[in-house]
Amino acid sequence: MTTLLHEASLKRQTVFDLLFRNLTRLAAFSVLALLAAIIGSLIVGSMPAINAFGFGFLTSSEWNPVTDEYGALIPIVGTLVTSGIALLIAIPVSFGIAIFLTELSPRWLRRPLGIAVELLAGIPSIIYGMWGLFIFAPLFADHVEPWLNDHIGTWPLLGPFFSGPPMGIGMLTAGIILAIMVIPFIASVMRDVFDVVPTMLKESAYGLGATTWEVMWNVVLPYTKIGVVGGIMLGLGRALGETMAVTFVIGNAHELHKSLLMPGNSISSALANEFTEAVGDLYTSSLIELGLILFFITFVVLSLARLMLYRLSKGEGQGA
Amino acid sequence: MTADQIISAPKLIVRDLNFYYGADRALKDINLVIPEKMVTAFIGPSGCGKSTLLRTFNRMYELYPKQRAEGEILLDGQNLLDKKQDLNNLRAKIGMVFQKPTPFPMSIYDNIAFGVKLYENLNKHDLEERIEWALKKAALWTEVKDKLKQSGTGLSGGQQQRLCIARAIAVKPQVLLLDEPTSALDPISTAHIEKLIDELKKDFTIVIVTHNMQQAARVSDFTAYMYLGDLIEFGDTSTVFTNPKRKETEDYITGRFG
Repeated sequence: MTTLLHEASLKRQTVFDLLFRNLTRLAAFSVLALLAAIIGSLIVGSMPAINAFGFGFLTSSEWNPVTDEYGALIPIVGTLVTSGIALLIAIPVSFGIAIFLTELSPRWLRRPLGIAVELLAGIPSIIYGMWGLFIFAPLFADHVEPWLNDHIGTWPLLGPFFSGPPMGIGMLTAGIILAIMVIPFIASVMRDVFDVVPTMLKESAYGLGATTWEVMWNVVLPYTKIGVVGGIMLGLGRALGETMAVTFVIGNAHELHKSLLMPGNSISSALANEFTEAVGDLYTSSLIELGLILFFITFVVLSLARLMLYRLSKGEGQGA
Repeated sequence: MTADQIISAPKLIVRDLNFYYGADRALKDINLVIPEKMVTAFIGPSGCGKSTLLRTFNRMYELYPKQRAEGEILLDGQNLLDKKQDLNNLRAKIGMVFQKPTPFPMSIYDNIAFGVKLYENLNKHDLEERIEWALKKAALWTEVKDKLKQSGTGLSGGQQQRLCIARAIAVKPQVLLLDEPTSALDPISTAHIEKLIDELKKDFTIVIVTHNMQQAARVSDFTAYMYLGDLIEFGDTSTVFTNPKRKETEDYITGRFG
């Protein structure tokens, strides 16, 4: 009798295990299915535009709903440039924040500062957009852009990028707002990975007489590089796809300028602005193709990051 | 005869040293003389303050805001607890090796070059010579000479610890602090390191913290027994182990306690 009971419960367990395993497998594979479905629908949706413009879509700066001619160059450039500016600003600032929080800050200040950084990440992007448009852009136009015009604007190589009418909104403003938005992500990842560096490793470097900077730059950063690159990629991913805040401050003009002070457009803000008014099939399809391109850019960036990490760990030699 | 009298050439003199973790007094009026080019071992049960004492010699405690030391530690007559003492120069004179191997995440070559580059501007040839010298001193050269460009983290535990010793001596310090240097190593690697310590004392003054009494007996010339922040007994190692003056020391080394 007892053995029978035992067998029954064993059987029930086996069945339950099997069920559970298949459920988790289903959950895991549904992610793949979803991904494939999204890519598939983007490709199908953009077929009319792909057929009409081919690869020329990527290199054309034309965007004319009246003549029904579309090209993606301006939004692609806008997305890449604003994200690039954002990273250029955000990486060093985040590194500084993380060093301060992990090494230099007095203990009582660490938690409040850390929480403040994390709260910054929680602010909805529309608020960054509003703040950028109403507060930051006017200040930028009145005080910073004239200075840029007068000083950097006259330099031989860099000059053309920083000269132009001080309007406040434009690529540079969008890049800076994006930087503010991604700093909390990058900084908190950097802080977390710096925190797990063994105390003894840092002490060994300090014990050789290294300064805080030398310890951070030569020991902590190499030790945590995978996490740091991961954090930067997280920030870049957010910058590439950020819509609302960029839409507010980038100017939404389908124009290609050398100057970063001039308005431009990014993929995501073009999508947000124009979907409601896209009437023709080709117009809608072109917008969907823009979405596909954004997807592709993000994918390439993430793959490159993986490749870079792989190279880094290989370059370090065996066992690393 | 007290230890102070036997020691003809003191390298470090500790005078009335007190150490505090916040309000906790972890070292109580320590007075001690560390002889030059000899091995001095600190022994005692966990929490007795032996590592704390070691960490005052290179002021490692200063990384942590609530820790402070009072008193004097003289290195060749100069008080290294003096606020005016340049910390980085002090640490060039006093190297340290830790409980666990701590190779930096870089090549074997760069691991050793790291410390040297902080103080000296050597050309490539001199730097290579220095690295070879340090690795030979640390008895690691023959094992790694063909893979200097490989990562230091890829070595075995014992090799990593010898790499850390090479890194510490590459700066040409006068004193070498070893904080339980073999506690994470297997017996064979431990024997390697102990043999190495015996070699190194020709050139360096060595202070070793160990919880392994046999190790202290094997490698050291002088031994200090500590308990609860007090220096209970200090003397030449054979006396401390065979004929201790204090009953507490005897109880500890005979294993009746601790």
